[in-house]
Amino acid sequence: MAAVLSAPSPLTATLPEDVVLRAEDLHTHFIVGERAAKSVDGVTLTVRRGETLAVVGESGSGKSVTSLSIMRLLAHPGRIVRGKILYRMRDGTVVDLATLPEKRMRAIRGKEIAMIFQEPMTSLNPLYTVGDQIMEMIRLHEPVSRHEARQRARQMLELVEIPAAEKRLDQYPHEMSGGMRQRVMIALALSCNPALLIADEPTTALDVTIQAQILDLMRRLQRDIGMSILFITHNLGVVAEIAHEVAVMYAGRVVEQAPVEALFARPRHPYTKGLLACIPNPERDRAADGARLMLNPIPGNVPSVLNLPPGCTYAPRCPLVEPRCEGEAPGLVPAGPGHLSRCFRHELL
Amino acid sequence: MNHSPSPQGGDVLLSVRNLSKRFHTASGPVKAVEDVSFDVGRGRIVGIVGESGSGKTTAGRCILRLVEPSEGEAVFDGVDLFKLPEKALRAYRRRMQIIFQDPYSSLNPRMRVGDIIGEAIDTHGLAKGAARQARIADLLARVGLSPEHARRYPHEFSGGQRQRIGIARALAVEPELIVADEPVSALDVSVQAQVLNLIQELQKELGLTMLFISHDLTVVEYLCDDIVVLYLGRIMEQGPSREVYANPRHPYTKALLSTAPIPDPTVRRERVILQGDIPSPLDPPSGCVFRTRCPFAIEACAKAVPPRESVSPSHSVACIRQAELATLATQKVTA
Ligand SMILES: Nc1ncnc2c1ncn2[C@@H]1O[C@H](COP(=O)(O)OP(=O)(O)OP(=O)(O)O)[C@@H](O)[C@H]1O
Ligand SMILES: Nc1ncnc2c1ncn2[C@@H]1O[C@H](COP(=O)(O)OP(=O)(O)O)[C@@H](O)[C@H]1O
Ligand code: SF4
Ligand code: SF4
Ligand SMILES: [Mg+2]
Ligand SMILES: [Mg+2]
Repeated sequence: MAAVLSAPSPLTATLPEDVVLRAEDLHTHFIVGERAAKSVDGVTLTVRRGETLAVVGESGSGKSVTSLSIMRLLAHPGRIVRGKILYRMRDGTVVDLATLPEKRMRAIRGKEIAMIFQEPMTSLNPLYTVGDQIMEMIRLHEPVSRHEARQRARQMLELVEIPAAEKRLDQYPHEMSGGMRQRVMIALALSCNPALLIADEPTTALDVTIQAQILDLMRRLQRDIGMSILFITHNLGVVAEIAHEVAVMYAGRVVEQAPVEALFARPRHPYTKGLLACIPNPERDRAADGARLMLNPIPGNVPSVLNLPPGCTYAPRCPLVEPRCEGEAPGLVPAGPGHLSRCFRHELL
Repeated sequence: MNHSPSPQGGDVLLSVRNLSKRFHTASGPVKAVEDVSFDVGRGRIVGIVGESGSGKTTAGRCILRLVEPSEGEAVFDGVDLFKLPEKALRAYRRRMQIIFQDPYSSLNPRMRVGDIIGEAIDTHGLAKGAARQARIADLLARVGLSPEHARRYPHEFSGGQRQRIGIARALAVEPELIVADEPVSALDVSVQAQVLNLIQELQKELGLTMLFISHDLTVVEYLCDDIVVLYLGRIMEQGPSREVYANPRHPYTKALLSTAPIPDPTVRRERVILQGDIPSPLDPPSGCVFRTRCPFAIEACAKAVPPRESVSPSHSVACIRQAELATLATQKVTA
């Protein structure tokens, strides 16, 4: 049911004005024969205009599959089997990306929503200069001359603070450092002025001093351009630095979403609480005499997406588990102002 | 010769002096490690931190002679390992083991876990038959796995479990020193916490001495007694970790600590965001190797490699302006 172009879409009324993107009960599975890998198994999340939503979770929790679902770039045999991905276009109309025809998706990718990855070489072509790649991106979406495209490409490199931009335009990706390539990828993503940027672990492969530069750049760009960001990471330190809102993923589901201060001050899901306790903290982990105290790890392992436990998927590791949790799956329910938790017992936290 | 301050309290198991390693490549010599000296006290965990390419892995491998050092000495229990002929080195190989970063590639996928651990026991002829089996079972239990796991292959285990197998293999020969090269960097935080606890238990029970290589400053602050900060192959600062974290004196250490992300959105720190990239080790800057990114660099910094200056009996810094900068900082605080 593609939105009608002329008449305002019936979906428009369903999305609050300040929301750019809302995934509702999204399910993306990889189906091979009889087996379904339920990589995304009920993701609900909201990105507000001009804000950064950080999606945090451990390896395999479904962060990348969620972002690829939004971009509709899933590799075979991945398929969205259920749910909505409501997106508010720049002109105000709302579309459901989950069902939009591929032809219309092509006009959205790059121009409305752009994506950057952990490994810049997944987006950069080693055979072309960075200038040619940015120019091609611009000319794909806008009818501008080569000369004009080159001017714009240079401005993009300046925007991401690459020194000697004019000279860099004629260089190949391999002639640059990792941090520089990540900047080029950001420039490429922003070259058609997208309203939403999806960044999948953009600083994970970088050294801390370079990570600090890139986070600083992204904060500045957001302030200046006003774009919304969906920032995927597994690092809660990075979340604290960059996010307005946080969605915590576990085994294919969002188990908690909240404003960043609320989430760290009082996590309302046992998994979030457990994750925070795993990160060493010099004040908490030293006895009065300076002796090191043991950490408090979450017992066990993340369940396989091929074989998720029934009921609450966190039950096998949860310190608060009760019989009900093993039979029935909790829904994502309000647990405070702007705070959602997928736990029957969130009031105990 | 440069003498490094000894760690607090006692007995030094390993003393590294003026270690340098140059790799000869098609583009010229790569100065991976330059004039590195530090001591590792028996029973202590010493953290080596630095960004990628700073020489952490190379330094660790030189000490174990998995890579041949270009210069310097590494005195282990009174003997310079760098002077030992290959045959004499064998006896020392048993006393020093390494744990690798990547739990996926460091275990032979075609060998059963029991044989991976058993191989280390056989190499040094430590046990045979039933005693060997018992020892494997005991090692597996020690790292939180069960004896049945001996029959399985590495691909049947998660990342954290594989790292435990790597630790069991290192412990099989009852080493005194373990070089752990980013042993938790590839693990998720919940698994990382399990492995950090395991390392501490083993260290306490077995009295192990450890060189813990990491780029994660939070983990090093938690786990390590002493810290060595590397940049472009050289030591910028070293000392007891509590002292260095509480009172970093080198501009590079300060920048690193101020940019390490802290999981607390209410903390607003004064960040020192370094500009530019780490220079190429093919052509490191003259004088202080950090000067191209140092906010306090002056002309003199390009002239000579800064000597190591002590700021306390066991805390030293290689910066010609450290005393001056410390006074500036105090004035700013009191003003
Ligand atoms: N092409 C595929 N076929 C089958 N399963 C897949 C495929 N791609 C991903 N998965 C599975 O989906 C789950 C979620 O994967 P995803 O890549 O989204 O995790 P992630 O949260 O991004 O993890 P990481 O932090 O490691 O990047 C994993 O269990 C993964 O193995
Ligand atoms: N076998 C090698 N040949 C050439 N250069 C090397 C080799 N091993 C490491 N290097 C170089 O030495 C420097 C230090 O590397 P390494 O010790 O791996 O750093 P770290 O472990 O701190 O990331 C880097 O510039 C690296 O590229
Ligand atoms: S629903 Fe039950 S098992 Fe799940 S997180 Fe809450 S208390 Fe734990
Ligand atoms: S010696 Fe100079 S360049 Fe090096 S850290 Fe000190 S002030 Fe900076
Ligand atoms: Mg991913
Ligand atoms: Mg290394």
